[in-house]
Amino acid sequence: MNAPEADMAETAAERAVHRSTPHDSAVLHVTGRAVYIDDMVEPTGTLHLAPGFCPDMARGRIRDIDLSRVRQAPGVVAVLTAADIPGRNDWSTSTGGDPVIAANEVEFWGEVLFCVVAETRDAARRATRFALFEGEAEPPVLTVEEAKAKGLRVLDDYGYGRGDVARSFAGAQRRFDGIIRNGGQEHFYLEGQIALAIPGEAGDMHVYSSTQHPSEVQHAVAHMLGLPSAMVTVEVRRMGGGFGGKESQASQWACLAALGARVTGRPCKLRLDRDDDMVMTGKRHDMTTAFSVAYDSSGKILAADIDFMARCGYSADLSGGVNDRTLFHADNAYFYPNVALKSERLKTNTVTNTAFRGFGGPQGILAAERIMDTLAIVTGIDPLEIRKRNFYGPGRDVTPYGQKVEDNILPELIADLERSCDYARRRQECRAFNSKNRILRKGIALTPVKFGIAFTLTHLNQAGALVHVYADGSVHLNHGGTEMGQGLNTKVAQVAAEAFGIPLDRVRITATNTSKVPNTSATAASSGSDLNGMAALAACDEIRERMVAYLVSTTNAAPESIVFADGRVSHAGGSMSFADLAKACYENRVQLSAAGFYATPKIHWDRQKAEGRPFLYFAYGAACAEVTVDTMTGEMKVDRVDILHDCGRSLNPAIDIGQVEGAFIQGMGWLTTEELVWDDKGRLATHAPSTYKIPTASDVPAVFNTRLWDGANREETIHSSKAVGEPPLMLACSVFSAIFDAVASLKPGVVPPLDAPATPESIMRAVSFMRRSEA
Amino acid sequence: MRDSIRIVRRGRIVEIDEVQPTETLLDYLRLRERATGTKEGCNEGDCGACTVVIGEWRDGRVVYRPVNSCIQFLGAMDGKEIVSVEDIAWPDGRLHPVQQAIVDAHGAQCGFCTPGIVMSLFALYHREGRDGPPPRDEIVTALAGNLCRCTGYRPIVDAALAAMAGPPADRFVEAMSQTAGLLQFLADGQDVFIGSNSSFFAAPASLSALAQLAVKYPEATLLAGGTDVGLKVTKGMRPISQVIYVGRVAALRQIEDVGDALILGAGVTYEDAAAAFADLDPDLGELVRRLGSRQVRAVGTVGGNIANGSPIGDMPPALIALGATLELAHGEEGRALPLEDYFIAYGKQDRQPGEFVAGLLVPKLAPNQVFRAYKISKRFDEDISAVMGAFRFTIEDGVISEARIAYGGMAATPKRALHAEARLAGAQPAKAASWGAAIEALGEDYAPISDMRASAAYRMETAKALLAKALVECAGAPTSRTRIIGRREAPEAEVA
Repeated sequence: MNAPEADMAETAAERAVHRSTPHDSAVLHVTGRAVYIDDMVEPTGTLHLAPGFCPDMARGRIRDIDLSRVRQAPGVVAVLTAADIPGRNDWSTSTGGDPVIAANEVEFWGEVLFCVVAETRDAARRATRFALFEGEAEPPVLTVEEAKAKGLRVLDDYGYGRGDVARSFAGAQRRFDGIIRNGGQEHFYLEGQIALAIPGEAGDMHVYSSTQHPSEVQHAVAHMLGLPSAMVTVEVRRMGGGFGGKESQASQWACLAALGARVTGRPCKLRLDRDDDMVMTGKRHDMTTAFSVAYDSSGKILAADIDFMARCGYSADLSGGVNDRTLFHADNAYFYPNVALKSERLKTNTVTNTAFRGFGGPQGILAAERIMDTLAIVTGIDPLEIRKRNFYGPGRDVTPYGQKVEDNILPELIADLERSCDYARRRQECRAFNSKNRILRKGIALTPVKFGIAFTLTHLNQAGALVHVYADGSVHLNHGGTEMGQGLNTKVAQVAAEAFGIPLDRVRITATNTSKVPNTSATAASSGSDLNGMAALAACDEIRERMVAYLVSTTNAAPESIVFADGRVSHAGGSMSFADLAKACYENRVQLSAAGFYATPKIHWDRQKAEGRPFLYFAYGAACAEVTVDTMTGEMKVDRVDILHDCGRSLNPAIDIGQVEGAFIQGMGWLTTEELVWDDKGRLATHAPSTYKIPTASDVPAVFNTRLWDGANREETIHSSKAVGEPPLMLACSVFSAIFDAVASLKPGVVPPLDAPATPESIMRAVSFMRRSEA
Repeated sequence: MRDSIRIVRRGRIVEIDEVQPTETLLDYLRLRERATGTKEGCNEGDCGACTVVIGEWRDGRVVYRPVNSCIQFLGAMDGKEIVSVEDIAWPDGRLHPVQQAIVDAHGAQCGFCTPGIVMSLFALYHREGRDGPPPRDEIVTALAGNLCRCTGYRPIVDAALAAMAGPPADRFVEAMSQTAGLLQFLADGQDVFIGSNSSFFAAPASLSALAQLAVKYPEATLLAGGTDVGLKVTKGMRPISQVIYVGRVAALRQIEDVGDALILGAGVTYEDAAAAFADLDPDLGELVRRLGSRQVRAVGTVGGNIANGSPIGDMPPALIALGATLELAHGEEGRALPLEDYFIAYGKQDRQPGEFVAGLLVPKLAPNQVFRAYKISKRFDEDISAVMGAFRFTIEDGVISEARIAYGGMAATPKRALHAEARLAGAQPAKAASWGAAIEALGEDYAPISDMRASAAYRMETAKALLAKALVECAGAPTSRTRIIGRREAPEAEVA
């Protein structure tokens, strides 16, 4: 167990940034006073919504829905159907094809076909059960194999590569083929999807939405109601978790609430029941990945050919970007001299899969790590040594998509972790243990992460902020990012406090609101503090420059001599409190409000040509995991984990460690206990926490050491920090590789066909294969 | 007879006379009190976001236990203190030690699970006999029913250790005698009946009153811990209009040690039974520890788990292997039957209208008997088993003279493996060749199905592996070499 790191501030002048300040809402969280949307005082007359779907159809046509009993149920005020939608019946503003309420065609089990509006939530939920459906069900397409055979895609295949892969394989003496399947993952944000819509005058709509993307919710609601965006305001103070699940998929529920408000003229709230949430919203993409690798006698890869088949569900949603990022990370930290990468975006009759922390990256990295683990077995070389030999390095530093890796710190970072976790000795101990134990087997693995930072859709790399300094010197801070627990508001407030040299408690963080900062990007791609921190800093700088100019005009102080620190503004000729300066500026008609803007420099990406620089920089990390596996039952326990992760110069070490540890455990869940199961009728069987198992406290290893790598980002980022939200999730590949290592010990030279998640049953499938195999 | 319930809230007695039969405690808090600190995460008692603490007067002291308010019925709170997250800081704004420690350890991120975590740790803070930091195992066990998707739990465990460095010292300790007085005052022994003949919540205070009600309203739903009935309301949305709560009947909450057996009243909770079961055998103790969560075990009853015939109960196979007998009551009449005979088919039990489960007799192990139980699930804590195997071998001179074997997850009901049992007679645990036939016989005993927890093939292979494991352990293999959790010996000195 590690205590949060000490501050990483290098100089006493850095009073606010690089310090382990608690989350701005910490006291509100622990006292239950933090207000989530369901906790808001409801306007008088608020109605409640519950969506309904056909309980026994995953694909087919509905001829008729008899809603008469629904309408007559106690407390029901209205029942919404597709016919009630005045504008565009589509909650997806980018790719399209996602009906708010489906009219008659059912494409997955859980597709919303009507929505009840009632006096209470309980009444609305109960009424949904009274609908009667007539129609023809067709057999659903559920697997990528079947979709591929039938040519069903949500988007075209995409891929790229370099070199002559065919010739590399033809000439190679050493090669292997393999396949790895990974499951999807339910976000399981503790606060489910929710929206509260309050109708205003002249058709205006104010929507409180638990969303990572207020601007998109605004646009979706506006299009659906047939209104200009300017008539719709979306606001979010905080989410009870997002993880990508509220990036695009908060929109449908906001649209329904707004539709209810439009139809009834009353405030409408929709909070999904957990089971409905799990059934109706998309998840991480499960994939089947086939690979062929040619290598030389030293274990270096000569050529890699990797094909990802992704189950996208019934529509595209964010599958384009997600699967592009899978390709961007199919190399992880390794140089493939010749490479062919392909991604197939297959259409199935399942819920539309979406963003989930890592956004396709985890599937690519998992495949790269399986390639390394396989290479270790076929060469007999230690897996860590194999990894090192294939790292990017001088002369081997261009990714398959043509970006040069300029900031590679992995060799030093890995060496540091290898030492601190005592990898070599513990690897020997695992081997010794395995030689003496028949039933229990130990495995250990140390795996790296290299993760590209930027939205790969270049235009999304922009942000805005709005800063007001009031005449009493207090600061009102607003930006386009959303708070979902990651501490973004705290970090941006630290930036603002640092800029003005004032204590953090003088900065008031306010709810994200589309009427304050427009046209924002989703808080996603780990970019929240990179983008919004910079935008806020731009706004603060502008105000500060005006304050400096005023001070110069009245005191003749040299501008460069003016220092904002400790709540005071000092110059050669004296000093005054920040509040006094603010008051003086106000009285002398100096504008104390500014909108800041930031656009990430250097990046560009030509998707057609597959070239450019999609990422500003890479974030790095590594983890070493040790596990014990019971080869009679397939049970597995993680015994110890050591992590070293790169956050550049961390804006807030405590918050960043929280991100690293939380992401690791979430990634571990994806690869171990979290299994989504659909039955043969296309119904999700694991639609509640009783059947879908995210990690709990006892799954966390008793020995869990996390450190931050101390080194500035070489790119110009906010106070030289690096993004942290997603990259550490993939550190959990170390657990999966350690399980692979434990199973591999059963028969040296044989590659265990371990698929994710490594449930007891999955582990036993691999164990049985080993026991049947000839060494 | 009272037609209202009375609870202790924030140091005062609150009387509530409008109680719908299935109204949940969570709805009462959030919708009626507008105390919105307590959150709804899953509405089925699995995530813990709705955790509140109930205070009860038990054995001469105030006992605090966490419960999932989303599946607790308000009526069942009669006579109890309800503590929610808003209540535990000092009135002057100073945070409770648990709250302060979570702030200091950066143990909250999105904050949505945090109120529930605070309350689970509050209950641990007040756990009987605690005067210093609990071992890490006890902390993670206390947190097993609280899912957090953000932090990875490490800072929360650290916070728990920091908050509990010393003995309890909070406003609840300061108010303990007052609270004790209020709770004793509420224990008036009156039967509670709120509503009409067609729709009511009843909470009889005596066994005879319970028996009369059960006979008078044979269609009524009998409610004990509510961890199963609650889901019929929150998820099944069944219109349950007549509820008879058995939890106030003191006679049903007794555990009696009669020398060679334990006799448990049907209202004994898992929490109450945990120590006695662990004394009977460590595997039984571990099974209870892994059953549900603290919130579930605080109210969930052994008898209720049996009575409703839930096919996902982990306890019945173990109790069947131990040779337990079930006692049923109907009015003044009673009858007993071997536990395995109670489970007739999926969802069908040998319980007549008006009849209720009164108690359970669990024989202790004889000196020549060995017991083993294994639970295989995707997650160790708070999960339902894919396969659960329980074994009792009677051994004479290294030879098995009698075997009782029962599995869960292998059939529509908890079921004995009669073929395997028969083939084990005369086998020697130390000689694997002597029990191979018994393991294969499991194929005659069961035809498991595939579902979201496991495939039929995995279930069958694992059932065989568990019997083999039990026999290998029986032959003397230390559990440090046969298991990764629930080891029976003291932990090995070396830590990885």
